[in-house]
Amino acid sequence: MLSYILRRILATLPVMAIVALFVFGMLYLAPGDPAALIAGDQASPADIERIRQSLGLDRPFLVQFGTWLWGILHGDLGTSIFTNLPVSALIAQRIEPTLSLMAITLVLTLVVAVPLGVVAAWKAGSLVDRAIMALAVFGFSLPVFVVGYVLAYVFALQLEWLPVQGYTPLAQGFWPWLANLILPSIALGCVYIALIARVTRAAMLEVLQQDYIRTARAKGLGQRSILFVHALKNAAVPIVTVIGIGIALLIGGAVVTESVFAIPGLGRLTIDAILRRDYPVIQGIVLLFSFLYVLVNLLVDVTYTLVDPRIRY
Amino acid sequence: MDRRTVLKGLAGVGSLAATGGVSMPALSQGAAARTLRFVPQANLANFDPIWGTQYVVRNAAVLVWDTLYGVDATLQPQRQMVESEDVSDDGLVWTFRLRPGLKFHDGEPVLSKDVVASLARWSARDPMGLMIKAIQNELTAVDDKTFKWALKQPFPKMMLALGKNNAPCAFIMPERFAQTDPFKQIADYIGSGPMKFAKSEWVPGAKAVFEKFADYTPRQEKASWLAGGKQILVDRVEWVVIPDPATAAAALQNGEVDWWESPIPDLVPVLKKNRNISVDIADPLGNIGSFRMNHLYPPFNDVRARRAVLMALSQEDYMRALVGDDNSLWKPLPGFFTPGTPLYTEEGGEILKGKRDIAGAKKLLAESGYAGQPVTCLVAQDQPITKAQGDVTADLLKHLDMNVDFVATDWGTVGSRRAMKTPPGQGGWQMFHTWHAGADCINPAVYNAIRANGDKAWFGWPNIPAVEQQVTAWFEAKSLDEEKAAVSRLNRAAFEDVLYAPTGFFLSYTAWRNNISGVVKGPLPFFWGVAKTA
Repeated sequence: MLSYILRRILATLPVMAIVALFVFGMLYLAPGDPAALIAGDQASPADIERIRQSLGLDRPFLVQFGTWLWGILHGDLGTSIFTNLPVSALIAQRIEPTLSLMAITLVLTLVVAVPLGVVAAWKAGSLVDRAIMALAVFGFSLPVFVVGYVLAYVFALQLEWLPVQGYTPLAQGFWPWLANLILPSIALGCVYIALIARVTRAAMLEVLQQDYIRTARAKGLGQRSILFVHALKNAAVPIVTVIGIGIALLIGGAVVTESVFAIPGLGRLTIDAILRRDYPVIQGIVLLFSFLYVLVNLLVDVTYTLVDPRIRY
Repeated sequence: MDRRTVLKGLAGVGSLAATGGVSMPALSQGAAARTLRFVPQANLANFDPIWGTQYVVRNAAVLVWDTLYGVDATLQPQRQMVESEDVSDDGLVWTFRLRPGLKFHDGEPVLSKDVVASLARWSARDPMGLMIKAIQNELTAVDDKTFKWALKQPFPKMMLALGKNNAPCAFIMPERFAQTDPFKQIADYIGSGPMKFAKSEWVPGAKAVFEKFADYTPRQEKASWLAGGKQILVDRVEWVVIPDPATAAAALQNGEVDWWESPIPDLVPVLKKNRNISVDIADPLGNIGSFRMNHLYPPFNDVRARRAVLMALSQEDYMRALVGDDNSLWKPLPGFFTPGTPLYTEEGGEILKGKRDIAGAKKLLAESGYAGQPVTCLVAQDQPITKAQGDVTADLLKHLDMNVDFVATDWGTVGSRRAMKTPPGQGGWQMFHTWHAGADCINPAVYNAIRANGDKAWFGWPNIPAVEQQVTAWFEAKSLDEEKAAVSRLNRAAFEDVLYAPTGFFLSYTAWRNNISGVVKGPLPFFWGVAKTA
């Protein structure tokens, strides 16, 4: 297992290199000029050119790429063109809110979606099943920002239970931290809950028709034990797979959610960097996200062995 | 490792989090009352006010860095850091003396050498500074409190240049930072203004914090815009960046923030209904909407094509697209200068008045030789002001039977593409939309977009010698009447050759909670004199 994990980690290196080259190339070709944005309306073309030179943006593509890659190999993601701060420092400032949002959303999703999917499969074809699946379709169809606005209006503005926006670090207390994340997590989790509930139901329906379930029932096992111990365990592989894929959804959704709820996370950093053409920041974040995605896939593969002892690497 | 171990581990982390951090931050009412939470118009992404000239940087910088002079609400420069000035009879040598008690945030006194280095850096980037630099003999420190600027020819607008509120302002920094290349960012943010920048709390894109500078000695005069006594009445000003307007509105209503600089017109009715919130016009100098046509390439290299567009243009259409039905937020602008300011004139602006003449415009367009070739129109979709204007322009051009190549893009792309002088089919353009703060259009010195000196002019590169002659006449004017006469002639020349197309004058609101007092109307949010009660 350990050698498998090591092999997988090593295999990420060429993937990361390709991602890095692709991202760098795309940004090089993309229209827009950070120097023009920095210089402002009053600047002359000569001013803009001088800023471009001072940022090294006038150098050939391969030189720029080589310099950046050399920095990466030395653990330096570069310096933000606009803030003049190291990209690693900007990411460090922003990673906690995003990871917190994703973690709470993930927990919320698992706690809500898996039982809903199990119950829907158990009561397949009934009113309960149809109601759960209708809710899933509803959740899947609603844009994150719409859910976010409605939640903020009801729970923050009308009921005054929770804050509208912002983020409080966990170090400043559990409740303030959680209070800022409840509404964004629900907003972000809606789509994810719908997706996992549907997949859980489908996987459970297949497992519930297996012979060993019939045997379990014949042995007189209780419904809860059959559903959650025998059936769910065997239906877990596709569910875990979709959870892994869903992490990518969460990353994308976090961009919108963080904007709606003014959470200073990586999603907002990404948007700001793209709009300003802050190339080093964009490259750093994309590298980080791609690394996280590869890591999540690895974790999913490892998790298979935990939920299904028959799987060995 | 098996799954039971993993599950136990997860449970352990959960219980640790649950037991380890359940505590509420204790923020006393007094502390909350001494912190003003402000939602700025944009993200403070950098903080070198000479290197980056965005309005949001200037707005934050006036808290941290002081200026030698400051314009007041009558647009006149008044002494700020300067105690006295003396200009030689021939107007060639300006000698300034700093007022006593000026200190930087690191405790060091402000000396003439700091001023000299700061002005040298500023004059390499600012249009007025560049004009002074071009006629400069020497800029030197005479002693610790006195410095001298010797020129080759008189520059009567010196005090305006040093006190104007247009970016980049002539901010004074410690010499060691002011010696930084003006095209590179400074390394630290030490000023002598009324507030210190809390660099350790800065999260670009989210938060910027300013703390009251205890050693700041305000002038004794009453504060008026950038002039007078800058009395800070709170301990901290926190800038909270909220990119989504609906969220900002909700946060203001919920009391999570105290002051929102720029609420969008759509949300103002909601805010006005809230009895805890005050709403008022933010800046009486407002903004001028515009689109510029490329004078280098057909069809707009022919003045008849440019005049045809102006003949058909309805400023009301543009303004309603921008501000909706609120008539207090806009007015027609048959001129190029800011309404309500001394130099405002409508001379030559008849082409924008009265019933719009589509038939006449089509005829004139045909006479210009336009034969249906595509007109590349750049429209930034991420800026509500440019998007709204772009949509109206597309409709206008279609009414003139023009073939519109509508390039929907973002501001970053417009920012670089508008600088391209290549033909429209090769990356260039024929039209782009923008707007100008009214404070930047009060006179020719601060109004880059009104210049018409060909290659050196702003994007579109108009070459109109009659306009340039009047710019020079304004600089040489000895009295306000002479200035007005020069600007009137300039306005007429700019309309005759259609330097650019003004789409109207519009205002915006600002909103604050009623426990805030002292908010004044002005071209930027002024924090001095603003108090907060619990």
